[in-house]
Amino acid sequence: MQVSAMHFKRKATESLRNAKLQKALEKLQSKFVDGRAAAIAELPNFNDIRDAAAEIRARAIENLDQYLLRFEEEATARGATVHWAENGDDVNRVVADIAAQHGARRIVKSKSMVSEECGLNDFLESRGLDVLETDLGEYILQLAHEPPSHIVAPVVHKSKEEISDLFVEKHRRARTTQITEMCREAREVLRPGFLSADMGISGANFIVAETGSVLIVTNEGNGRLATTLPRVHVAITGIEKVVPTLEDVSTLLRLLPRSATGQSITNYVSVLTGTRGKDESDGPEHFHIVLLDNGRSSLLGTELQPMLRCIRCGACMNHCPVYQNIGGHAYGWVYPGPMGSVLTPTFVGLENALDLPNASTFCGECAAVCPVKIPLPDLMRQLRNKQTERGLRPWQERVALRLWSWMAQRPGIYALYARLAARALSWAGGRKKRLHRIPGASGWTKGRDMPAPAGRTFRDLYRSRRSS
Amino acid sequence: MSARENILGRIARARGSSAVDVDGVIRRHQRGPIPPLEDNLVKRFGEQATRLASDVERVATLTEAPGVVARYLAGRDLPRRGVCWPNLAPFDWGAAGVEVEARAARGDDLVGITGAFLGIAETGTLMLLSGATTPASVSLLPETHIAVIGAECIVATLEQAWDRLRAERGALPRAVNFISGPSRTADIEQTVTLGAHGPYRVLIIVVG
Repeated sequence: MQVSAMHFKRKATESLRNAKLQKALEKLQSKFVDGRAAAIAELPNFNDIRDAAAEIRARAIENLDQYLLRFEEEATARGATVHWAENGDDVNRVVADIAAQHGARRIVKSKSMVSEECGLNDFLESRGLDVLETDLGEYILQLAHEPPSHIVAPVVHKSKEEISDLFVEKHRRARTTQITEMCREAREVLRPGFLSADMGISGANFIVAETGSVLIVTNEGNGRLATTLPRVHVAITGIEKVVPTLEDVSTLLRLLPRSATGQSITNYVSVLTGTRGKDESDGPEHFHIVLLDNGRSSLLGTELQPMLRCIRCGACMNHCPVYQNIGGHAYGWVYPGPMGSVLTPTFVGLENALDLPNASTFCGECAAVCPVKIPLPDLMRQLRNKQTERGLRPWQERVALRLWSWMAQRPGIYALYARLAARALSWAGGRKKRLHRIPGASGWTKGRDMPAPAGRTFRDLYRSRRSS
Repeated sequence: MSARENILGRIARARGSSAVDVDGVIRRHQRGPIPPLEDNLVKRFGEQATRLASDVERVATLTEAPGVVARYLAGRDLPRRGVCWPNLAPFDWGAAGVEVEARAARGDDLVGITGAFLGIAETGTLMLLSGATTPASVSLLPETHIAVIGAECIVATLEQAWDRLRAERGALPRAVNFISGPSRTADIEQTVTLGAHGPYRVLIIVVG
C-alpha cells in the first residue's frame, strides 16, 4: 500500500471538514465503545483474563523463533507448506508463484490487513489474475478503489447512500438503500465467485504452534467459504501471530471479539489444519502459509517489543479521541489509530510518518482498553524521543524544547519566566480572558481560543495558600 | 541466505540465550482463568445461542427431530427439502414430509442439516469437525442451517472441548468450525444484518 502518512496534518484537516465522515464516525463510537463495555462487563474475572492474555502474547514473542519453528514443523507434518517473506514484495512473489504452480486464475480473498501491507491485490491483478475481495466492507472498497479506514470495520467512512450509488454503478441493479437488501445483493453477486474460485486467500488471527493450525475469526462466513471451497488455500500472516497452545487461543478468544465489536464470540471461529483428507468431499487440496516479517523482527529487543503482542482488535482506535474525529485515512497507511501510530513509523520509516506519534493527546484510553495491555502512549513517547534524537523535528520545536529544558532545570529562572508569562498572557486575554492568537502557535488557535491564565502562577498560589 | 534463515536469525539474536522448553509448555496445556458459569450447561447453552440469534428447540428423543425440522421450515415458508450428513439420513424424514439427500452441499441448496461434535455452553457455540461423513459445506452454503446435538455433548468451555477432542480424536481434523448463530455483517453503517455469506438462520435441536 502507498504510504501517505507524511500528509497527516492536511488529511486530518480535510477529515474534520468532511460532514459525511463526521456523521459516520459518530456511529462507530456508540456501537463499538458501548458494545465493548457491555461485553467486558459479562466477564466477572475480566482483569485476570486480560493479565493472562497479555502474558500469553508476551511469552510467545519472547521465544518467537522457537514457537515459529514448532508451528512450521507441525503444519508441514499435516501437509501444509510454510513460506517465509522478508517484506511485501516477497509475499507478492510467493503468492503469484503459488497461483502459477497450481494453475489458479480466479482468487477469492477474505479480509487480510497483512495483504494490504503488501499491496497484494494490485500485484496479482498486474499478473493477470482475477482477485475478488469477499468481506462485504473490503468488497465495497475494491469497487470504490479505496483503502480501508479501520482494521475491523474497513468501510466505516462510507454512508449507505454512497455504497448504494456504487452498487447501482457496478451491479446495474435497481437502487436500494435498505441495508438488508444491499447485503443480499452483495451475497448474490459474490456467491458465484466463491463457487468458481480455484484459490482462496485469507489472513490469520492466530497461528498455533502446538498443532500447526491457522485460526480465523469471521462473522460473514466469507472466511469459511474462501478456505473451504477453492482447491488452494493461502493464509498470509505476520510472524508475531503465533501462540503456543489451543488453551492460549481460548483465553485470547474471550477478549478479541469483545474488544473488537462487543461480541462474546464471532459467528465463526475456524481452526484450519493441513489439507483435505483422502475421503473428504470439501476443503483445499493445497494449503500454503506465508509468514511475513516486514520490520516486525526489528522491534524485538527494543522498547517497542510490546507492540508485537497486538491482536488487531481495533479497540485502541475506537476509543481514541483523535481517531474518533478524523477517521482512518488521515493516518496514511494500513493501520490507523494509536496502534498504527506505533506500527506505521516502524514499517515505513520514522521520517515518513513524523506526525503519527504526535497524533495523540496521551489521554491513555488506548492503553486502558487494550486487551493485551500494550502501553501505547509510552511507545508513542519513545518514538517522539527518537524523532528528537535523530533531529527529525522542526528546528523551532527543537530550540523551544532545549530552552524549556534549560529553564526547567533552573527553578528560579523558571518561576520568574512563568510569572511574567502568566501576567502577559492574562493582560493579552483582555476582559474575556480568551486568547485568539498566540505567536508561533497559530495552527492551534485557528480553530479555537485559548483560555488566558488568571494572572498568578500555580506556584505562587500554592505558596500563598500554604502560608495562610 | 533465504528469507527464512534471515528472519529466524534476527529473532534468535534478539532473544539471546533465554530458550524455553517448547515441548514442556505444550504438554502442560496450561489453562487461563475461566469465567464462572452456572451448573446447568444445557440451559446456559440455549440462552447464549438464542442471544446470538440462533433458534433453539429441545426434544426428548432423536425420533422427534424430523418433525421439529418440518414445522420449523413450514413456519417460515421454507422449502422442506435439504441436504444432510450421512449419519442423519436414516431418520424417518419422509414421514415428517421432509426430503433429504445425504451429501455435501452445493451453492443452490437451501437447507443443510448437520450434527455437531460438541456444544459450548459459555458462548452458545456449536463445534463441528470436518470429515468424510461430516462435510463442512452443509453448515455453510445453505440459507438455513439446522444442527442436531445431544444434550450430553454440551460442555462448559472451549478448554473442555479441546480436551474432549484430544481424547477422542487425537489430532485435529482439517477444519474445526465453531458456529455461533447465523452469519452476519455490520459493515454498512455498523448496522447488524443477519445472513451475509453463510446461513440466514440457524436452528439448534437439543436432544435429551
